[in-house]
Amino acid sequence: MSDAALDIDRPDEEVEDISYLRAGHSLGSWFLTTDHKRIAILYLVSITFFFLIGGVAAALIRLDLLTPAGDLMTNEGYNRAFSLHGIIMVWFFLIPSIPNTIGNFIIPLMIGARDLAFPRLNLLSWYIYIVAGFITLAVVLGGGVDTGWTFYTPLSTMYANGMVVATVVAVFISGFSTILTGINFIVTIHKLRAPGMTWSRLPLFIWSHYAVSIIFVLATPVLAITLILVAAERLFGIGVFDPALGGDPLLFQHLFWFYSHPAVYIMVLPAMGVISELITSAAHKRIFGYWFVAIASIAIAVIGFLVWGHHMFVSGQSIYASAFFSFLSIAVAVPSAIKVYNWTATLYKGDIMIDAPLLFAMGFIGLFVAGGLTGLMLAMLAIDVHVHDTYFVVAHFHYIMVGGTVTAFFGALHYWWPKITGRLYNETLARIAAVVILVGFNLTFFPQFMLGYEGMPRRYHVYPPEFQLLQVFSSAGAALLAVGYAMPTFYLLWSLRRGPRAPANPWGATGLEWTTSSPPPKHNFTQQPVVVRGPYYYPLEHPASRANA
Amino acid sequence: MSHRFFLWPEQASHHAGQVDLLIGAFGVMVWLLTLPVFVLMAFFAIRYRTSRDVNREHASSGNVWLEVSWSVIPFLLTLGFFVWATALYFNLRRPPADATTINVVAKQWMWKYQHGEGAREINDLHVPMGRPVKLVMISQDVIHSLYVPALRIKQDVLPGRYTTMWFTADKPGIYPLRCAEFCGTDHSVMGGRLIVMRQQDYADWMARNRDAGEDETLAASGARLFRSAGCSGCHGAASAVHAPPLEGLFGGPVGLSGGRTLIADEQYLHDSIMLPNKDVAAGYRPIMPTYGNVLKPEEVNALVAYLKDIGGGEPGTRQEDRDE
Repeated sequence: MSDAALDIDRPDEEVEDISYLRAGHSLGSWFLTTDHKRIAILYLVSITFFFLIGGVAAALIRLDLLTPAGDLMTNEGYNRAFSLHGIIMVWFFLIPSIPNTIGNFIIPLMIGARDLAFPRLNLLSWYIYIVAGFITLAVVLGGGVDTGWTFYTPLSTMYANGMVVATVVAVFISGFSTILTGINFIVTIHKLRAPGMTWSRLPLFIWSHYAVSIIFVLATPVLAITLILVAAERLFGIGVFDPALGGDPLLFQHLFWFYSHPAVYIMVLPAMGVISELITSAAHKRIFGYWFVAIASIAIAVIGFLVWGHHMFVSGQSIYASAFFSFLSIAVAVPSAIKVYNWTATLYKGDIMIDAPLLFAMGFIGLFVAGGLTGLMLAMLAIDVHVHDTYFVVAHFHYIMVGGTVTAFFGALHYWWPKITGRLYNETLARIAAVVILVGFNLTFFPQFMLGYEGMPRRYHVYPPEFQLLQVFSSAGAALLAVGYAMPTFYLLWSLRRGPRAPANPWGATGLEWTTSSPPPKHNFTQQPVVVRGPYYYPLEHPASRANA
Repeated sequence: MSHRFFLWPEQASHHAGQVDLLIGAFGVMVWLLTLPVFVLMAFFAIRYRTSRDVNREHASSGNVWLEVSWSVIPFLLTLGFFVWATALYFNLRRPPADATTINVVAKQWMWKYQHGEGAREINDLHVPMGRPVKLVMISQDVIHSLYVPALRIKQDVLPGRYTTMWFTADKPGIYPLRCAEFCGTDHSVMGGRLIVMRQQDYADWMARNRDAGEDETLAASGARLFRSAGCSGCHGAASAVHAPPLEGLFGGPVGLSGGRTLIADEQYLHDSIMLPNKDVAAGYRPIMPTYGNVLKPEEVNALVAYLKDIGGGEPGTRQEDRDE
């Protein structure tokens, strides 16, 4: 962090307000806490654990694909590895990643509230997530499933091996955690804003979490119903999806993608909220086009519900439905493009600190744009017929979910780390990690676009030898990416003990979360904050705009 | 299949070239829209970094016309590509009437093909060059997807439902054919080859198959099955059972007992055999037993070929249907 950021002329914190980290040291003070900040830490530790498990599965996959014959695993073993990788990464890491850690911690601070609206419900969310997580771990230990994370019928209901019902139950249960979080965020944002925190003064991080909460609440029940039907067909032979029982396999795909396409926006909307904060803070400048960026989040959440059929262009659905979904998929790209252009315009005439959060943010924008535009290619019907279910799709959604969401997650973790822990991390190492992640990611996934266009289907354990060179590139990239992801684990943990103590506002950023001490007191603010102006207010004078904004 | 590394997949049809042109042109547009963003982002970050004393006066925080232009212009440009891609796709979904039909049955983990002339194949599919070929596909178990990268086409193959895919291969050669939809344990080895032959070679190949004993056309084996499976007992001309006659049925409209009317296409014939109570013809009682657990998909295909033989032409193509 820059030196200028450190000279905060803030009086020492009132001694009676001990930080949330010091308010109780017993196990009970953590596992029975209703403090949103401690629950965020519980989530952070849990999702990191599942990220590790999902990452180990990914490592096995990439190792195995070094040779065309796949010498490391059997066909069945490979199928189980990629199924677990998908299931754990989607439902136990990506979906809770930013909302339940950063969102949980920062939302009440940003709007000047003491906690979320329903603190006990918040704790219940975490326990539900943990129960679902334990069932998933039991599935892993019990041998796993080979359905893929998509559970396509009638493969999942009639033909697949492994613990399909247990897996479906785990995902079903985790959905309730998501729904409760969504309700909590919506009510909090409506009811607990500080005096003067009008809707037009909300930070964009709040807008995007508001949008994602809508999806949480509206989409997740559909997944729950669908998974129950899968379990019912598998256990009791109730014909819903299997044509041999009078069912319709495409019905499953409609229901599944009605949830799972919005789920992509569940992963990316919070990331977009993070980027708006990171960019404005680094540039010390008001966001360009506040209302366009804010409404774009809502537009993405709404239109995102109407594009699910673009997963089904070659499934046998009506060609007119396909044309309709293709059109809407192009339309949903517009609000995303608006955000990218506005972030770029925000940098113009900024007062820019090129620190790790900005590097992560710029990495996000680059990777998200690449993922988004290849998504636009996939929305083109004739192109999709060729590249659907190939590595092109795999590369595309990893650019969005990993290049986008995970990069933003790391950016957020760095940006709010001083607030969360009260410590400063090593900026040099962080900048290096940001670059290593960016390079490693592209080396891993760019070759997969080429593999896909050349005709390599996804979920192939054994593959034709002409694809080996690109697969080796991809695996080498994955090794570099693993190093990039491991680095922050070390220097962030190191900073907990040895890092310099963080001032209240190390970045010279605006936003209520930076007006309280780092780490914040148990009840967030010593006095009820009152908001008198819009977000991202940085006086124009240079360089006095830095600290103390 | 060669083991060499290649950057671009082979083109075995006119359509493949069209798809490559589409993605190439779209790629150019995408770069034109994206490159300025990347360049400006890096340029701004460096030019306006905090240590530099540059002019930061009059920094704007919004401009409606800028917002409208960067929303609308890329959208309109993309819509042009949408029209192009959709036209190609619609063409891909409308097989020409004179296409040669080949039946495809997918099962874990193999492809089975039935040529109208009688030849049967597993995994490798021989097709004539320069003639439209229509694949009528169905699965015996889970969902599969027939994918020929060199033709830039794929189509999911569903249990209980026919899907079709057509192409005209215009370059002789051997091209990989793969399953694209994850279908269980051996998904990655469920493949084969598409062998595109000059028309004379194809005719010779077909003759060799005939000599080797596959001399019964699909429709003829369907006719044999029509008697041996017991269909003729009720649907035959001399039958005492009140069952609808099937001559001339295919391709024409059928009135159903619920008052609906549908065209007797392959799917209708398939469902009437496998799920006879689904669409009962008007004026008949639902007394037909189901053959769902009796006949294999290949046998249903043969029966359908026979019924097409004694019926009209392709669905909706007969003159009297159009006049009605």
